Amino acid sequence: MRNTFVIFQKELKSFFNSPMAYIFLVIFALVTGYFFTNTFFLYNQSDMRALFSIVPLVYLFFIPAVTMGLIAKEKSVGTIETISTLPIQDRDVVLGKFLAGYSLIIIGLLVTVIHYITLTFVGTNVDHGAVLSGYFGLVLLGGVYSSVGVFSSSLTENSVVAFIIGVFIVLVFFLLDKTLIFVPDALAGFVQYLSVDFHLSNMSRGVIDTRNLVYFGSVIGFFLFLTTRVVESRKWG
Amino acid sequence: MIKVDNLSKSYGSIEAVKSLSFEINDGEIVGFLGANGAGKSTTLKVMTGFLRPTSGNVYVDDLNILDHEREIQKRIGYLPELNPLYVDMKVFDLLKFHATIRGMTDKQFKTALERVVHDCGLSGVIHRTVGDCSKGFKQRIGLAVAMIHDPEILILDEPVTGLDPNQIVEIRQLIKQLGKEKLVIMSSHILQEIQATVDKIIIINNGELVAEGSSEELIASAQGLAQLTLEIQDADENAIQEMKAFIPSLSIHTLESSEKSSFVTLEYANTSDPRKEIFDYAVKNQWSILEMSQSKTNLEDVFRSLTQKGDQGNA
Repeated sequence: MRNTFVIFQKELKSFFNSPMAYIFLVIFALVTGYFFTNTFFLYNQSDMRALFSIVPLVYLFFIPAVTMGLIAKEKSVGTIETISTLPIQDRDVVLGKFLAGYSLIIIGLLVTVIHYITLTFVGTNVDHGAVLSGYFGLVLLGGVYSSVGVFSSSLTENSVVAFIIGVFIVLVFFLLDKTLIFVPDALAGFVQYLSVDFHLSNMSRGVIDTRNLVYFGSVIGFFLFLTTRVVESRKWG
Repeated sequence: MIKVDNLSKSYGSIEAVKSLSFEINDGEIVGFLGANGAGKSTTLKVMTGFLRPTSGNVYVDDLNILDHEREIQKRIGYLPELNPLYVDMKVFDLLKFHATIRGMTDKQFKTALERVVHDCGLSGVIHRTVGDCSKGFKQRIGLAVAMIHDPEILILDEPVTGLDPNQIVEIRQLIKQLGKEKLVIMSSHILQEIQATVDKIIIINNGELVAEGSSEELIASAQGLAQLTLEIQDADENAIQEMKAFIPSLSIHTLESSEKSSFVTLEYANTSDPRKEIFDYAVKNQWSILEMSQSKTNLEDVFRSLTQKGDQGNA
């Protein structure tokens, strides 16, 4: 646990030592801010649905961009050799890196809280519970995408390739429930359960079901497990 | 003590290391030699736990790398080939990161920092970003990282590559000093460097051990011939040819005469030294020796003969 924290700290620091974190935070705030406010006054509704529907789209590209270098860069620079020969478990390294990327995503999300503050000033009858559960959904979604991003970063030593693989996988998760009409009835329920949108839409309405929590938790766990196995596989290379 | 026992490592169908066995004792500095692609780095990577052996094992004291990887890693300081470093970190932060991962307290880190800054000469760059440092400094930072936890064993993969002659001398002195108390393994293909630094040499070729011993032992065991080049005045060729009869260990390799003097190249076994006899013979015949220079088999010849022989055997 301590080792995970040391890795986490190092990675987070390295985000903020480079322009990476700042560029991400500023552009994320601008993009989400634009899409939220340009319809905010037209709809005349006191909710944050607009934000909750745009953030998953922005995540599709932003999260793989944040996570693409986490492991791929270690491989290309060769520091993977230094870090893998330290007396720590590979899973500590993977978890620390995942948490660092994830934290940056959550910080980005925190910036959008400013829209919520605006809403409480100008809106009436704001459903605070729905906003809270909506945010909770986005936090969990960020976790799923970050774990996918770390996984794709472990597959290659080229950050750009890691980005493309990452976008592809999260896109599959994102589009899964839009393909339901092509899926045989027998499989429809299963495919729907796999898609993130299905779980997210519940939460942005204000419903938190343990099934959704189990889904998010297990997808994150699954990808982190895969990442650890990929990192370990170097030994048999 | 490190014991490499029957170690093999394959990458797919390529056998990088084949049944390699050797032992290294505490307090020894060992040079690990081999041509590029001989399997040096692969062996070191298995020893540090970066790679798993395909078969065989590596023992450090009574621990083995298959069952006690973490324990062994705690005892080893490793400088990988090409010295990869986190270039976006400050030197201080980098050392602190490694110290923390190694479980050192702040107090222990402070003492260790003073030690490595002194030993590796880092006082000028400690607050600089690693990426901004010169190559020589980066190499020393890499060494400092490997030494921060004062390990019993140092494994250095080509520690002097890319350094200028002054820096090489500094690093060599540092390694020699460290070798007084630690077990140091350094790989290199700069032979002079190895010869000047280490107590024992291990030469591998195509993943197999081809020689092991001190540089003197290796040279002595090589069946090389020493050559002696002479420039002699006032000697006729027949008399020079006759010299063989008086000094039986000699053979005449080349003999050329010009108007002024004769140039002779003599060969004799590495173990003998007939120079005095040649001199006495020349005095007896009233020759004037203008030049006498000996070229003995050196480590380079040993290395070439061992590693090229292996190549032919493989072909």
